[in-house]
Amino acid sequence: MSNKKKRQIIKDVLTYIFLTLLGILMIYPLIWMFFSSFKSNNEIFGPLRLLPEHVIWDSFYRGWNSGQFTYSLYFKNTFMLVIPVVLFTLISSTLVAYGFARFTFPMKGALFSIMISTLMLPNAVIIIPRYILFNRFGWLNSYKPFTVPSIFACHPFFIFMLVQFFRGLPKELDESATIDGCNSFTTLVRIHMPLIKPALFSAAIFQFIWTWNDFFNSLIYINSVKKYTISLALRMSLDTAAAANWNEILAMSTLAILPSVLIFFFAQKYFVEGIATTGIKG
Amino acid sequence: MKGHVNSKKKKRQYIGLLYILPWILGFLIFQLYPFISSFIYSFTNYNMTSNTEFIGLKNYIDIFTKDSQFYNSLKVTIFYVFMAVPMKLIFALIIAMILNIKLKYVNFYRTIYYLPSILGGSVAVAVLWRFLFADSGLVNEILSFFGIPKIGWLSNPKIALFTISLLTVWQFGSSMVIFLAGLKQIPKELYEAATVDGVSKAGMFFTITLPLLTPIILFNLIMQMIIAFQEFTGSFVITNGGPMKSTYLYAMKLYDEGFLFMKMGYASALSWVLFTVILVCTALIFKSSEYWTYYEDGGQY
Repeated sequence: MSNKKKRQIIKDVLTYIFLTLLGILMIYPLIWMFFSSFKSNNEIFGPLRLLPEHVIWDSFYRGWNSGQFTYSLYFKNTFMLVIPVVLFTLISSTLVAYGFARFTFPMKGALFSIMISTLMLPNAVIIIPRYILFNRFGWLNSYKPFTVPSIFACHPFFIFMLVQFFRGLPKELDESATIDGCNSFTTLVRIHMPLIKPALFSAAIFQFIWTWNDFFNSLIYINSVKKYTISLALRMSLDTAAAANWNEILAMSTLAILPSVLIFFFAQKYFVEGIATTGIKG
Repeated sequence: MKGHVNSKKKKRQYIGLLYILPWILGFLIFQLYPFISSFIYSFTNYNMTSNTEFIGLKNYIDIFTKDSQFYNSLKVTIFYVFMAVPMKLIFALIIAMILNIKLKYVNFYRTIYYLPSILGGSVAVAVLWRFLFADSGLVNEILSFFGIPKIGWLSNPKIALFTISLLTVWQFGSSMVIFLAGLKQIPKELYEAATVDGVSKAGMFFTITLPLLTPIILFNLIMQMIIAFQEFTGSFVITNGGPMKSTYLYAMKLYDEGFLFMKMGYASALSWVLFTVILVCTALIFKSSEYWTYYEDGGQY
């Protein structure tokens, strides 16, 4: 018995060692990025030491102010794009999910199947006509190609996720709300929304991070540097860094992922909840 | 009585349509219309400057007979998908299995492993990858510390695509969380019964865990495959398709033709070829899944 117990302990210790090493391997690149922004360029490509030998303090300042515009503008632009997209996505997806989850109407099954199948529709096959369409609307070089589709619930992932949550709420709630004089909309706002708050929260942070990190769409739709998002600005810095100001680029990259990392750590449980209930992607 | 049942059945709540109206409009304008028109554009020489003419199958014929980069990028992409997706899923499954053992601090490890997958698609991480795997970057420095000669992670055409795939595998966390949720669903009684019957741990994995997890594996496989076929940011920022076009993924080819050279008709045809490839792969996986997925309700899913 005690022998068996001993074996179990050894096994547990080995498992922890493995998990910890893997964890270090996963996180080390990010830690390295942070510390390397304080290194000189020679030191970035050189010794293995994690901490800089000579701390360079101004790489953040110089990186921020490099180029035609400062990163203040790029951060502001990114927020101007991301925040409306998140808000519109939440509102539209909630309405649509409520419609699918709580009412019976003609063609509901077919429409729901279509909605689910658009989850699998490759973006690559619709991107060119979308570009042509937005060009005709005069939306290029603005954030409308991002915001307007989110008003029209063009992110089926979130509809699906919220439908799952709505289905978890007992129908008796709706009935008693009706008896208390609520119509369908006030039932949604007063009864359902408070109950699905965690789901709304996960949807918000997912959409925030995905939109924040988006590169392909920004690359296509935005072409003046004045409107650049952080993704585009970083890529531009990388192209123009002929003088090899590597620490500045790493410093700006660190700042670029900072909002996502902070949100991730503060709202950790919502991520896991969101992903586990829909079981889709991330 | 019968009338009552009927009226209940036919109870239509048209207000539901009002709630889903935003999606219906969004679907028609931003999804269905572009979907159909990209098919139509693929038979034209649309390029935003000169007059558009129908040119029949010319785009498709050119793709298959004249465009050598097409075959290269298709080959590169298929290699990438077949390398990155299985690696990512197998890794995610193994780690999920380990975390599913009753251990303390599981949540801590889960958080750490999950973090890269929320940052994975960003330019910042692609920039980081470029630094880490540069010829004199961190990875090679670590290797030379152990006396291993430097590897051209991004400069060797035979290896560069693998390095890009590593960025994908690094983001295994989201798949892991899904697997972990699936593993929690498996009833404990099954394992208890198997223990009574004297089944080994390995036996349990192959007769209980894996079969019950197959629907989730199938779903993950398909979603990850569709995403991987369209991978863009990694190769665009890290290697810009090089060296010697060895990481010139299909999405980059599509971007170059459509948005750099503005040959939008041609690019639409390219996108439909990609769509067909994805469709065929999805269909094959679905078809094959009849033999390897297990549904408790006998497939009435």
